[in-house]
Amino acid sequence: MRAVHRAMILASLLLFAAAFMPQPARAQVDLSGEWSQTAGPDNTTDPDIGDYTGLPINDAERLRGDSWTAEKWDQQEHECEPHPADYAFRAPGGMRIWAETDPLTKEITQWHTMVFFLGVQRTIFMDGRPHPPDYAAQTWTGFSTGKWEGDRLRVSTTHLKEGWIRRNGLARSDKGTAVEYFIRHGDFLTIVSIVKDPVYLTEPLVRTEHWVLNPGYGLASYNCIPKHEVDKPKGWVPHHLPGTNEWLTEYPTKFGIPLEAARGGAETMYPEYMQKLATLPPPPPPPSPPKPKETAGAQK
Amino acid sequence: MKRSQNTCTSASAARTILTVVVAVIAVALSPLSAQQEPKLEASVIHILHVQGRVYMLVGGGSNITVQLGDEAVVLVDTGAPQMSEQVLAAIRTLSQKPIEFIINTSVDEDHTGGNQSLAQTGHYNTGLAGEQAGASIVAHLRVLDRMTAPPTVKETAVSQESWPTDTYDNDRWDLFNDEAIIIEHPHAAHTDGDSIVFFRRSDVISVGDIVTPEHYPVIAAAKGGSINGEIDALNQIIEIVVPRENEEGGTYVIPGHGRLCDRNTVTDYRDMVTIVRDRIEDLVKKGDTLDQVKAAKPTLDYDGIYGADTGPWTTDMFIEAVYRDLSQTKNQPDQRATKPGKKSGQGR
Repeated sequence: MRAVHRAMILASLLLFAAAFMPQPARAQVDLSGEWSQTAGPDNTTDPDIGDYTGLPINDAERLRGDSWTAEKWDQQEHECEPHPADYAFRAPGGMRIWAETDPLTKEITQWHTMVFFLGVQRTIFMDGRPHPPDYAAQTWTGFSTGKWEGDRLRVSTTHLKEGWIRRNGLARSDKGTAVEYFIRHGDFLTIVSIVKDPVYLTEPLVRTEHWVLNPGYGLASYNCIPKHEVDKPKGWVPHHLPGTNEWLTEYPTKFGIPLEAARGGAETMYPEYMQKLATLPPPPPPPSPPKPKETAGAQK
Repeated sequence: MKRSQNTCTSASAARTILTVVVAVIAVALSPLSAQQEPKLEASVIHILHVQGRVYMLVGGGSNITVQLGDEAVVLVDTGAPQMSEQVLAAIRTLSQKPIEFIINTSVDEDHTGGNQSLAQTGHYNTGLAGEQAGASIVAHLRVLDRMTAPPTVKETAVSQESWPTDTYDNDRWDLFNDEAIIIEHPHAAHTDGDSIVFFRRSDVISVGDIVTPEHYPVIAAAKGGSINGEIDALNQIIEIVVPRENEEGGTYVIPGHGRLCDRNTVTDYRDMVTIVRDRIEDLVKKGDTLDQVKAAKPTLDYDGIYGADTGPWTTDMFIEAVYRDLSQTKNQPDQRATKPGKKSGQGR
């Protein structure tokens, strides 16, 4: 009888404890707070022209990158473009994350992120809603839905405007999609992104960014209003015609990398490529001092 | 406003009265008031509320723009003829008001095929003065010219009931349906009869096949289209649209086919068309043949987005259209301005 009594007391205690313990089935983690970016293995703050190393790109993407010129930012229509969601975490600056809850159930229905660059605010829907149809407009943040997988938040994003694989002209097409994992370890947050692009990538591109909790960080406003800053003809579209971009050899020459390696491709992502690298011809000699040269693209 | 057929008579006053009477009856019978949110129903025709008074219908053969006034409905394009019944059913989920104006963005059958069926449900022309009864069908004069051309010129016979009833032959025409509707005519773009339609208060522009975000632009040379006119038209659209902050939203653009666009989408499209034009033009100036131009793959970096190997408008057809157009004009002086060079560098 005494043993039964003990068992009843123990069961009551367990039930009491279970009622106040976090729900293990959800294993949700609080992501909210102000976060500062740390230098990560995949940070590429200022990529060189022609540096395509370590990226699983195809020939179409190489031509896209070879044709690109930073004069694009002189086009008024492109002046105030933010980074799309799959690239925004790579831009410098802090980030704020906060949750939106259902007033009755207290469930988190949405996570929001806001990055410093242009103050882009993103919503991750947690209520299981479907993604929009194909004919809906695309946005910089895309349409994101999230669900918890253990203590990781898995976020699936579609409807992204065209963005970047690397910010030196390598584009991520508007057919690209992203899956991200938000993983918190104490005061640290790791965001793993897996980008798929049937147009420009031959394999998924996996990258990580790291953040540290910084409660004192104040996210400043960052506004941009496009205006006519540089006098150009109407409809001016700057670009290099195929075979005319003389800056493509600068990067391999500067770092002593074989030109073929600088052109990237899936094989350049893997350690085995070091063996092939040793067999490739050296980079081209430094070019003579450059002189101004016109790029193509004035409107008729 | 130029009456293209069944010239307008002195019946305008009577027509106005009849219009009001019909509108009042329609309002009385309508289950929807202007304040009510329209019921969006899933069907073969998908309905997307763009913003303001403007909706986009998808699935009717081409995108169809529906603008809801307090007393009447305005359409931009009418889709394929076999889809008219479903298109009308979709419109009726939005409004019971009569269709007053149908504006055609080009002569293409997938944009004008429903003219006859949908116009018959309208009320702009009463038929009392001998004109074709029903909604006014508005288009640039070139659309009427091509529809009424001799059988040896036009591709297929177009019934008279599908012809535009009201045409304009300059660069702009204005209508009103509880907001300003500004129609502009780009010259020789997709065709030589294109119209772009700007719903000013709703801040939506419907542009037909000048913008097709899922394939290369159709340069219909046989219908007066040209690559440089296409680029001019894209720049004309970019000048009209105004984005919200961060180059997103603001003025929305309904393309002839494909998803809803904003300025960024149109800008990317303009950039692509201009770059491909420049590449092919460079090869033409070097004397390359069409086969050599195709072998050079001047669209390689965009084919995964806009290209097609099969279907009504393939990548090869696009390259060929641009090549032939530029080959005809390569001896003309280059009017493009030059600019100082600048090393490609890091952006932001």
